[in-house]
Amino acid sequence: MKKQIILKVSDITKYYYEPVKFKALDNLSFEIIRGEFLTITGKSGCGKTTLMYILSTMDTDYEGELYIAGEKITNQKQDKLAAIRNKNIGFVFQFHYLLPEFSCLKNVMIPALKLNKYSYDEVEHQAYQKLELLGIKEQALKPASKISGGQQQRVAIARALINEPKIIMCDEPTGNLDSKNSDIVLDIFHQLSTEFGQTIITVTHDLDFAGKSNRNIEMADGIIINHGL
Amino acid sequence: MKLKVNSDIALTHVLTRKKQTLIASLGVTVGISIFIFMISLVVGFNRNSDAGIFKSIPHIRIYREDEISRPLPAKKESDYLSVIVNPKISNLSDNLINPMKLIADLKRQDDVVTVTQQVSVNLFYNNGKSQLNGIASGINIVEANAMFDIESTLLAGDIQKLLNTPNGIIIGVGIAEKLNIQLDDNISVISSIGVVKIMKVVGVFKTSNKGIDLSKSYINTAMAQQLLRKSSSYVTDIYVNIKEPDKAPLYSSDFSILTGYKAEDWQAANESIMASKKTRQVMMGSIALAILLVATFGIYNIINMTIKEKLNDIAILKATGFSGKDVMNIFIKESLIMGFIGTGFGLLMATILIKMLSGVYIGGDIGYFPIGYELNVYLAGIFIGMFLTFSAGFIPARNAAKVDPIEIFKR
Repeated sequence: MKKQIILKVSDITKYYYEPVKFKALDNLSFEIIRGEFLTITGKSGCGKTTLMYILSTMDTDYEGELYIAGEKITNQKQDKLAAIRNKNIGFVFQFHYLLPEFSCLKNVMIPALKLNKYSYDEVEHQAYQKLELLGIKEQALKPASKISGGQQQRVAIARALINEPKIIMCDEPTGNLDSKNSDIVLDIFHQLSTEFGQTIITVTHDLDFAGKSNRNIEMADGIIINHGL
Repeated sequence: MKLKVNSDIALTHVLTRKKQTLIASLGVTVGISIFIFMISLVVGFNRNSDAGIFKSIPHIRIYREDEISRPLPAKKESDYLSVIVNPKISNLSDNLINPMKLIADLKRQDDVVTVTQQVSVNLFYNNGKSQLNGIASGINIVEANAMFDIESTLLAGDIQKLLNTPNGIIIGVGIAEKLNIQLDDNISVISSIGVVKIMKVVGVFKTSNKGIDLSKSYINTAMAQQLLRKSSSYVTDIYVNIKEPDKAPLYSSDFSILTGYKAEDWQAANESIMASKKTRQVMMGSIALAILLVATFGIYNIINMTIKEKLNDIAILKATGFSGKDVMNIFIKESLIMGFIGTGFGLLMATILIKMLSGVYIGGDIGYFPIGYELNVYLAGIFIGMFLTFSAGFIPARNAAKVDPIEIFKR
């Protein structure tokens, strides 16, 4: 299979202006291949989370260019970016960030309902499938605030998967989990990447976790010190 | 439930925060119900007082206006000399020329309900030594009754009797008391030009106006013409009632052109009543609006608080592909739901208040409190309620749309 570049970063530089002008990212360039399970590691303050937010399209205040699946993301309008995120990117955060008023099932369904590509019933069916894939189908109808942390993280992953995005982005997905739950998440990511060809980008400081991924980009002081190739 | 996703989220937020929703809605409920209640109060009261007015005056009165003699010759330049230097009223007569044709013309007009002629006579009522001056209206009692509902003001007698009695008279209750006259008694009247007639009292009426009760009487047109020694074509006023009395000023100028005489609408003839009516409206309206405004701030507060508490959710929604517009849409919907609930209960509460007040007996010629269910006021209440809640939700919702998810995630 030909290697397909799913995400391309070219010459990205990012400054913070508060409290003083500070170069957070210094002229980064790299490419990510479809189906890669990639981790970005580095010490606190090295700029990995900043990079993550730029890749996620939520941060638009940078120099350089970002392409997702060949489409130029830089300088797109906010509404367009929201639509791109909805369709192409799934998110998993450190603090699970589910909507607490909704059931787990509804949490998974919301991005798909927003995409509005399938009918409500189809979306519901797909959401059940994703929850089943992650082994938490039994929790589907419980409120998101009433399940354990590990289960919440799995619901978040199911939500990230629902629109079959090109990329899943994770910010410290295991940062808040014990080792048993971390292993479960790791297994799920491996499964997604190998069985479904899902591209996964994960920011983590968990070196064990990073060691078990396909590729690890190491960062320090705003530059990449190891591309992991 | 298969709502659009934005509505679904808005509804869930509102439903999981029942207490806040209820409090915000309650503010609107109180505001809207008081608004509707007070405006209905004013509308009901105005209608009642209008109805009182229309028992003695028509919507539009057509008469010959006094003309002032013009200087002769007209003063064109400063060195001209005016021959008539002390102008006087130059009317030879008050009568309208060819009144039957005017009445027929008026009756053909759209929106004209009733037209009746009238001959006013200044006269004295005599009984023995006691004497009262007053005005007799020479009328066709059937038409006049259709216009002024004279029948409802009658204390004694029968308006039909006036038709069968050429020298019949219906007098105000004040005249009857002062002159010690009862039904079927005779009363002598002297017109301003000295014609004396013996009249038979066929009815006694009582209006809400003591002055009218003490001076006014109704007689047949022919009798009025005799008292003035005029021909049967002598008519001083034509009264016109139209479908919507509030629109009288729109018709008066038309009728003026149509007839060639002065047409005066009731609003112009009763400026002080109109002024007090307007004052009442403005007063009650501003009180009600003030209450509504307070309610609006309640909604504003609650939506604002909701947004502050839901920053995480907003960030998540934005991260998963909801645009700023979607977020705004969600929170505006939330305030509209509260507005809808609040307005709904407001209508209910207003209805209860109106129902209660309409059962309160005031007495006098008002009777029960003059308040009713006014469709227009209800519609205005719904519109204002929804508009204000929309505005109250709009500002915080716009702020929510601007939330930067990264700022939230970085905390």
